[in-house]
Amino acid sequence: MSGIFASMLDGLLIGSIYGLAAMGLSLIWGVMNVINLTHGAMIALGMFGTYLLYSALTTSPYLLLLPIIGGGLILGIVVYWIAIHWVIGRPMLMSLLSTFAINMMIIGTGTALWSTSPYNVNFSLPGLTIGEYTFTGNHIAAASAAVVIALALQLFLSKTRPGKAIRAVTDNREAAELMGISSTTVLALAFGMGIALAAASGALVSTLFPFTILSGAVYQLKSFVVTVLAGLGKPFGALVAGMLLGLLEGVVTPFIAVSWIPLIEFALFVVVLVAFPKGIFGKAAS
Amino acid sequence: MTALLEIRDVSKRFGGLLAVSHVSFSLNEGEILGLIGPNGAGKTTLFNVVNGIHKSDGGSITFNGHDITRISPYKVVQLGLARTHQIVQPLTNMSVLENVTVGACFGREQLGLHAAQAVAREVLEQVGLQDRADTLARFLTIAGKKRLEVARALAARPKLLLLDEVLAGLNPTEVAQMIELVRGIRNRGIGVLMIEHLMQAVMSLSDRIVVLNFGQKLAEGRPEEVANNPQVIEAYLGDSNIAEKLTERN
Amino acid sequence: MILKRPFFWLILVISGLFVYLPLRGHDVPLREDLVLVAIAIILASNLNLMIGYTGYVNFGHIVFYGLGGYIGFYLTSERGWNLALAALAAGVAVSLFALLFGLGILRLRGAYFALATIGILEAVRAFVANFNPWGRSTGMYLSFEAYKVLGGAQRALWTDYYFIIFVMALSLILSLRIKISKFGLGLFAIRENEDAAAVLGVNTTVYKAVVYSVSAFLPAVAGVLMFYKNGMIDPFVAFEFMLSLEGIVMLMLGGQGSVTGAALGAGMYERLRSTLLTSPKLSDFHLVIAGGLLLIVVLFAPGGLIGWLYRLVPRSQKVIE
Repeated sequence: MSGIFASMLDGLLIGSIYGLAAMGLSLIWGVMNVINLTHGAMIALGMFGTYLLYSALTTSPYLLLLPIIGGGLILGIVVYWIAIHWVIGRPMLMSLLSTFAINMMIIGTGTALWSTSPYNVNFSLPGLTIGEYTFTGNHIAAASAAVVIALALQLFLSKTRPGKAIRAVTDNREAAELMGISSTTVLALAFGMGIALAAASGALVSTLFPFTILSGAVYQLKSFVVTVLAGLGKPFGALVAGMLLGLLEGVVTPFIAVSWIPLIEFALFVVVLVAFPKGIFGKAAS
Repeated sequence: MTALLEIRDVSKRFGGLLAVSHVSFSLNEGEILGLIGPNGAGKTTLFNVVNGIHKSDGGSITFNGHDITRISPYKVVQLGLARTHQIVQPLTNMSVLENVTVGACFGREQLGLHAAQAVAREVLEQVGLQDRADTLARFLTIAGKKRLEVARALAARPKLLLLDEVLAGLNPTEVAQMIELVRGIRNRGIGVLMIEHLMQAVMSLSDRIVVLNFGQKLAEGRPEEVANNPQVIEAYLGDSNIAEKLTERN
Repeated sequence: MILKRPFFWLILVISGLFVYLPLRGHDVPLREDLVLVAIAIILASNLNLMIGYTGYVNFGHIVFYGLGGYIGFYLTSERGWNLALAALAAGVAVSLFALLFGLGILRLRGAYFALATIGILEAVRAFVANFNPWGRSTGMYLSFEAYKVLGGAQRALWTDYYFIIFVMALSLILSLRIKISKFGLGLFAIRENEDAAAVLGVNTTVYKAVVYSVSAFLPAVAGVLMFYKNGMIDPFVAFEFMLSLEGIVMLMLGGQGSVTGAALGAGMYERLRSTLLTSPKLSDFHLVIAGGLLLIVVLFAPGGLIGWLYRLVPRSQKVIE
């Protein structure tokens, strides 16, 4: 029994990273009705960014989150202006394809630069032992960082002016514009934040597992599952749903071979999409 | 004679809002029935219930002997009940001819492609769009799009046509043309149920009128009766004495 | 009448060339180049039925190809079935699978539908990777018996090639036939305005399910033939998400909605891909260049090559289907 319990708790910790990643996807989707297919690539860039900074500076990767988030924000705004701004009003296929095009370019460049051999961020925090359970220090730190970032996002959206502007645009872009909110600025900012969240989750993953430029894809898929479970427009809901997904994985892993987990997740994904068009918790985008 | 369309005790609720409340009336063959009332009275919702887009919460709808209370929109038109929309819904990137051909293919007669195209051309002549047959629907003016809506519905060879504010957005000349078109439709034996705000048009075209207010039927009768009904005047047409009152003060 | 359409005869001529040119000099490298183009055309033109005709973006289209490949592989290699029969059986099985799942996911619109198709693709791959009879994640290798039936490996591969060209011709003819039919008109109506189409009498539920199912059949058959030729199959090459996306890229390049666009886009992209992948300097940049191309098309020419042609010369729409 203790094995499952430990596995569940560990799953909860890892799930908070799934949630953080999904928040990035969900934010962009909710604000501008764009499904960001660069999400996985950006997660991978977060991993590599952390690796490069860590190799150069050797400071705690958790401190490196700050430049990673900053870099992600800037990169996101740049990508917004290249690929997203021009396709905002058009059918969704267009934004799917433009983001996918950027994704292809990032993955292509990444493969050329870093090939497909695994990389590592060699940083270990001491573990925590409570009774008979031992938790990896990195897992706890990563989960804590994820929760902190999620809280910061929630505060930003509810208490700051730009945050409220983002919520206004999410609700009704035309009305927000009529109120004097520059929707373009808001969309660029929201997209940048979505990318920053993706990069941050990548940074945290880099401290836990080895990675390649292709590693982001798995987290992108998990982000889809989590976003669909949580419904849109509720970033905190994404965090919770992510943790639930991690919990589910933790429950299942002691009993079934790891290779069955994707099947369970995707079957769940399709079922939730068809049966709960508004997500299990939240509201759907138009 | 049995009615062509019988609406019995139909209601429709959306969450807390009762949009249509226990409405009953019937429409006879070859009749033009006007459906009027203030905005939000439930007129378009009623159309949506008749046509199968929304399911009614109780009551029944019978068309030409068939119970259509619970059937899907595509089956409703196959039985001979076609409709136009308040906000026009053209098949944007298809030509005018293709739009109307769709109506003919999937309507009451379920025609094959070539027969449908022939019917479509005929209908385009009737509505006066024959010169625009190859134009893409999105390049039409609003009047053209309204006529396209009507043409598509006519191509389905309906026995009853539901027109939803077909005169809205048209200038006086276009309105006169459309009125003639509607009369022509009735003269060919097709029943018409029309939602309209243009009072002169409704009063002159309709054989009978039904008035809705807050989802309920307020009045029913011949145009003159309805126009002089005090409740209707108060709810919708305006105080018949107010003009006098205003001029008196000055 | 389809026989009156010049384009129909063009399809036959091109297919004839695909058969004749490599056969003439017994040119195996040319055959290998052309087979990739043919497969791309098969995938793109069937995908076009969903995306271009009906307006439903299928991101998981490759699942039909992979699933068909696996069923056919299993039937020919493990059960000794005749290739043609195996191909037919796989096509029917995958179409039924598509019909079943289609009825569920076609209730979804827009992006939700697209995501559901990704979900199905990933779920099927995950399932196959765990499925014992099909070799789980290692996959299967074709038993040599399978080639002997057709007269040994060399002759079998040529026969297989002709079969693939036949399927390519069928795909193009099917696209054309649907385009000029009442069924096709209903699909276009759904694409333009699904709710209006329903009010006009189109049974949208059935139409969507049928086209989804039909769009699965020939790719499944192609999967059987291609993996038979390759001699091996595993969950990663069978259900490659990138191939699904490249199908969409082909349609965007060539021009979705037209038969020529699908074929042209497939041909052009496949040639670009092969050139890049075989060039020592550029192979790393295949994705970067393809991505850049896609971005340019989406931003500046969303109608693709044929869309651009239609706008330039409106009368070309009558001849170039």
